[in-house]
Amino acid sequence: MSAQGKLAIYWAASCGGCEISILTLNEKILDVAAAFDIVFCPCLMDTKVRDIEALPDGTIDVCLFNGAIRTSEQEYMAKLLRQKSKVLVAFGSCAHEGCIPGLANLTNRQEVFETVYCDSVSTDNRGRVIPLPETRVNGFHLTLPVFYDTVRTLGQTVAVDYYLPGCPPEAPRIWDAVVAILENKLPPPGSVIGAQTTVCDECPRTRNEKKIRSFKRTWQIIPDADTCLLEQGLVCSGPATRAGCEARCPQVHSPCIGCYGPNAGVEDFGARLMSALASVIDANEPEEIERIIQEGIPDPVGTFYRFSLPHSLLRRAARVPDAERHELPLPKPAQ
Amino acid sequence: MSTRRISIDPVTRLEGHGKIDIFLTDEGDVAEAFLQIPELRGFERFCVGRPAEDMPNLTSRICGVCPEAHHLASAKALDALFHVDPPPTAKKLRELFYCIFYATDHTTHFYALGGPDFVVGPDAPKEERNILGVIKKVGMEIAGRVLKMRAEGHHLIEMIGGRKVHPNWALPGGVSRGLTEEQRQEIEARGREAVEFARFSMQLFNQIVLGNREYVNLVTSDAYTHRTYNMGMVDVRNRVNFYDGTIRIVGPDGREYARYPAKDYADHVAEHVEPWSYLKFPYLKKIGWKGFVDGEESGVYKATPLSRLNAADGMATPLAQEEYERMYDALGGKPVHYTLATHWARLIEMLYAAERWVELATDPEITGPDYRVLPTQTPDEGVGCVEAPRGTLTHHYWTDARGILTRMNLVVGTTNNYAPISLSIKKAAQNLIRRGTVVTEALLNRVEMAFRAYDPCFGCATHYLPGQMPLTVIIRAADGTVLQRVGRAGPPAT
Repeated sequence: MSAQGKLAIYWAASCGGCEISILTLNEKILDVAAAFDIVFCPCLMDTKVRDIEALPDGTIDVCLFNGAIRTSEQEYMAKLLRQKSKVLVAFGSCAHEGCIPGLANLTNRQEVFETVYCDSVSTDNRGRVIPLPETRVNGFHLTLPVFYDTVRTLGQTVAVDYYLPGCPPEAPRIWDAVVAILENKLPPPGSVIGAQTTVCDECPRTRNEKKIRSFKRTWQIIPDADTCLLEQGLVCSGPATRAGCEARCPQVHSPCIGCYGPNAGVEDFGARLMSALASVIDANEPEEIERIIQEGIPDPVGTFYRFSLPHSLLRRAARVPDAERHELPLPKPAQ
Repeated sequence: MSTRRISIDPVTRLEGHGKIDIFLTDEGDVAEAFLQIPELRGFERFCVGRPAEDMPNLTSRICGVCPEAHHLASAKALDALFHVDPPPTAKKLRELFYCIFYATDHTTHFYALGGPDFVVGPDAPKEERNILGVIKKVGMEIAGRVLKMRAEGHHLIEMIGGRKVHPNWALPGGVSRGLTEEQRQEIEARGREAVEFARFSMQLFNQIVLGNREYVNLVTSDAYTHRTYNMGMVDVRNRVNFYDGTIRIVGPDGREYARYPAKDYADHVAEHVEPWSYLKFPYLKKIGWKGFVDGEESGVYKATPLSRLNAADGMATPLAQEEYERMYDALGGKPVHYTLATHWARLIEMLYAAERWVELATDPEITGPDYRVLPTQTPDEGVGCVEAPRGTLTHHYWTDARGILTRMNLVVGTTNNYAPISLSIKKAAQNLIRRGTVVTEALLNRVEMAFRAYDPCFGCATHYLPGQMPLTVIIRAADGTVLQRVGRAGPPAT
């Protein structure tokens, strides 16, 4: 890579937390600014998409792309930035696995629209107006991106070179990735850039033999400060979750919620967590095991696939016709 | 109709996405302006079926810029839902955490997002209108202080709440962990520095903005003025409070229009839907939606730093109160309707947040052991409300007896300001784009400035989400033919 590689940072369906996490590199952000020519970052700089469209293919050395793909516009931007970038990194949980907004795959566009625009207690919409891809207002023609039925990850939309996990990725891990890029020490393409261990391996809490007779919800007990939270009956996602955060949540007495995604070699986060929990239940009768799970884990899909539903083997609640999905043409190569 | 269109897309330096379309008449005057929010995520739908205790963690993903606001509004909604009153230490810890966040977030806005327009200048080249340009202008020493302030704020947020972004700490009935004396001492020391930093930032604003007649004229110009209602949370003495209190609304004349507990929000606020945007437009229900107009007869209201100051009778800390009085003296009394004065109000709030941070860090109860009580009653329904930096934030949940969500409603910070932001853009455009006026990049940036003052956060508002085009002016005939294209990069018309 040239001394000053070109860097783009883009967001699709996301919350902005990935950008804030980049800013928590603090003084190292100046090193990033010195090492790269930041060509595109709508959150912090005045550059527009047309400038990117005008670039020759492959001009951008590294694109950090956060956010999932939910609309036609996001799909277009994913394709555009793929074409313009040598290395495309799915940055953060949304681009990697779908994240919390991916829980929308438990429902569909119609239900979302009805809830938000029609049935909300504070919405006055007797005419049941909903946003449309094309509208005419007093003769003015306005368009909106098409809202898809299904949230997709970046990797389900375009070819991705690397994945950086976390909601959001913690600053030290972002820096590790930047250093790997600058020193050209990246793992094989298609890899997750991160640790190969679990949150449990980083967690300072004491672990004994686990025997769970019932799972507790976080509001039902005050856990002690030093013992493994799972041992105390709290559903902690640590055993299934990739390390990288230094077990931050367990350190404030809160169970890991799994934001760093599945550990290395794990295909499906929920399946891994379920088997980890099953192995600590102190019961043999299937009815007893079922009772323990039903009482303590009233929302299995939301618990086991909190961050990873679109990326999981399940992907979504039920197959639905996807006729509204407009396949957009690839951006035209620059002249 | 023969119309011409100007598009600003994406609107950069706002935290989230947005697109502005300005239509011109044949004569080249502004006919209509639209701020479209091209995205939605649907939290209100997919949170249904999830356990209530997950809400502070799920809803914080509405906005990674102000996750602390969602985290706490959610926890307060859970307090109400489970009928549990957190002990005083828990409430103080939450407010302390929130004040640290406020001081840090307002710092980000002033220096990285809104600041470049003033510090570097509204007409500066785009390559310089960013935080790096600010650093170049104010010097590395000041830049170092800004970075230090942000770094320490995030460090403390992580220390208290578990993470720098998306904390995992607040629960129904309190918080998951309290403070040690050692941590308290560090928080106090950093708080005292934050007060000094906020005073320094006020001084910088005085020098650069108030010391420049051109900027002052810009702030007080009609192009950036709107007479609307203002909303904010106040304490029992009608002073600004971010974490808890009563919602107060004052009219365009500054007189109290309504005062109500947050749980009654749906009696006072309603939301309007337009087919050309994924974001709804809240308005004052009893006045009604009268379209995109300001004034007493219109239900349009603002919920911004300036609104909070307008809706209150003062600040609860001494230095902030002094600055509060100074601002209103300088701008001709209350209320102030100059949108760009929002930047000034934001600095006064930064100072208040820092002072309150020190007050709470030195409160004898803050390191108390009772930071949490367990709920014992059956959950049913609860509303939680905080002042997010970008406006009054309301979470409303309904659950079954097991505490599983059956319904959710959210009125999110930035969303409150969608209609006034739209008004501000149109008015700025009308004042700045007139017959014969050449549409230059700086001119368009000033239209962007009109809404940047609101610090809009459409990631937040699109827990509703958006997209990307260049700042290019496309002037079209009615049949879509491109008549002219004026752009920053100046690509040829296609």
